[in-house]
Amino acid sequence: MRIPFRDNLPASAITPEPLYRRRRDVLKLLGLGAVALGSGCSPEATPQAAAPAAPESIPGKSLTIARKLDTTMGETGTRYKDATHYNNFYEFGTGKSDPAANSGGFHPQPWNVEIAGHAEVTGHFTLEDILKPHPLEERIYRLRCVEAWSMVIPWVGFPLGDLLKRFKPTSQAKYVAFTTVQRPAEMPGLNYPVLNWPYREGLRMDEAMHPLTLLVVGMYGHALPNQNGAPLRLVVPWKYGFKGIKSIVKIEFTESQPTTTWNESAPDEYGFFSNVNPAVDHPRWSQKTERRIAGDGFNLFGNRIATKPFNGYADQVASLYAGMDMRKNF
Amino acid sequence: MGMFRDRIAAIKPLFFLLCLLPLAHLVWDTLHDALGTDPVAQLEHRSGDWALRLLLATLAITPLRRVTGWHKAIRFRRMLGLFAFFYATVHLTIYAAIDLGGFWSQLLGEIAKRPYITLGFSAWLLLIPLAITSTQGMMRRLGRRWQRLHRLVYIAALLGVLHFLWLVKADHREPVIYLGVLLGLMLWRVPWRTLGRTLASGKSGQLPVRT
Repeated sequence: MRIPFRDNLPASAITPEPLYRRRRDVLKLLGLGAVALGSGCSPEATPQAAAPAAPESIPGKSLTIARKLDTTMGETGTRYKDATHYNNFYEFGTGKSDPAANSGGFHPQPWNVEIAGHAEVTGHFTLEDILKPHPLEERIYRLRCVEAWSMVIPWVGFPLGDLLKRFKPTSQAKYVAFTTVQRPAEMPGLNYPVLNWPYREGLRMDEAMHPLTLLVVGMYGHALPNQNGAPLRLVVPWKYGFKGIKSIVKIEFTESQPTTTWNESAPDEYGFFSNVNPAVDHPRWSQKTERRIAGDGFNLFGNRIATKPFNGYADQVASLYAGMDMRKNF
Repeated sequence: MGMFRDRIAAIKPLFFLLCLLPLAHLVWDTLHDALGTDPVAQLEHRSGDWALRLLLATLAITPLRRVTGWHKAIRFRRMLGLFAFFYATVHLTIYAAIDLGGFWSQLLGEIAKRPYITLGFSAWLLLIPLAITSTQGMMRRLGRRWQRLHRLVYIAALLGVLHFLWLVKADHREPVIYLGVLLGLMLWRVPWRTLGRTLASGKSGQLPVRT
């Protein structure tokens, strides 16, 4: 089934007015509007600081990128090798190097995504149908893990909201729920019930439609490696990393707050929102600081930095939670 | 044997070097950028693992002697215990000096506030008097009290294993193995036969415990 897509309309006609304005605000606040959204053809116009200094050879299909945005304003980037060999993807094992070691037999192609729930358009779609209308952007985001380490990663994808709008969610759609693929033959970690499989995550509708929320198909200019959630994953830069669900096979519009895997596993430790918040500690460890994994080569000292509210994206997203008690809604 | 009193005395220096191997491996990997993506976490995990392993090895000496009849094994126990303390100290030093780097003011707060750090730190504190009183002279001076004091090692081991168990996010398989080994070594020490006889004859009072 194909999704009807009208590309002859101006962007403002498709994007709801408040969202459209907010997106412009995001870029304005980042002070990168005109610069980063330019064609990227002049080298000094494209922020380069976060790219690794030593070029690494990167496997996987090279992606065509329409525009680039560094939301970190030039923080030192994480090496490709580190971002792809230090992963939490329990379906391939619970050790940090397990996903890279055990995901070789995983097949990210062909891929289908089911769209379900409160929307006018639902059904099963091929990955090609999902991706076709969306120009790819590179977004350099901070990634803050709930385990108190962090990285700076150039993702390649497009705003999740742009995809969701194509299915015309109804007024009953208050949340979006995501599900990871479950293939025990290809994902050895599924043989042990360390979590209640399949992995599920969710966002409130306004969070899902926020322009910073990215549906990701690549990193470092190339297609996503299996261990990072190929072929399609979520990245929500102001939330702890586990909210960025990997290898998505189902997106469902729901009226009530969906059950999410880590919240189900330990409700007092992992909330539904899980916004990065140095003021609310994990019950067992501090979230005030983080160990930054970035830069070339090995560095034992000076990796610890202060964690910022909303992982440094407070100006863009704090208004989503106005009036909410973030200690209760952690 | 020449310069050594007996074969055990000859093996001891080799055993000492063997116990230093994990440290040498850590230093080698550190100098060769072979600790992977998060080197500080690696240093912490590996030094902590060895502290626990050596502590459990120390507790395994008595059962080993009884089961195999190789009573000379006792002569390795002090070295194992001291190396357990040594690796625990390395572990704590890496956490405090390297990991917390720049945020040292957090140290006391973290020890007090985080249950798993409180447990780990308590285990290390309990090992200090045991290390200090590990010499022949101290054994002589303390007499019977020495043995009572050194029963603290059971508590230290339990706290150390719980420290590991408590910091894990979801996959408890590895710390549970350590807990299983510890429980096995402790259950072995329960004098089951005497216990059975005592209960059968209705007598109470202090039961002998194998140390």
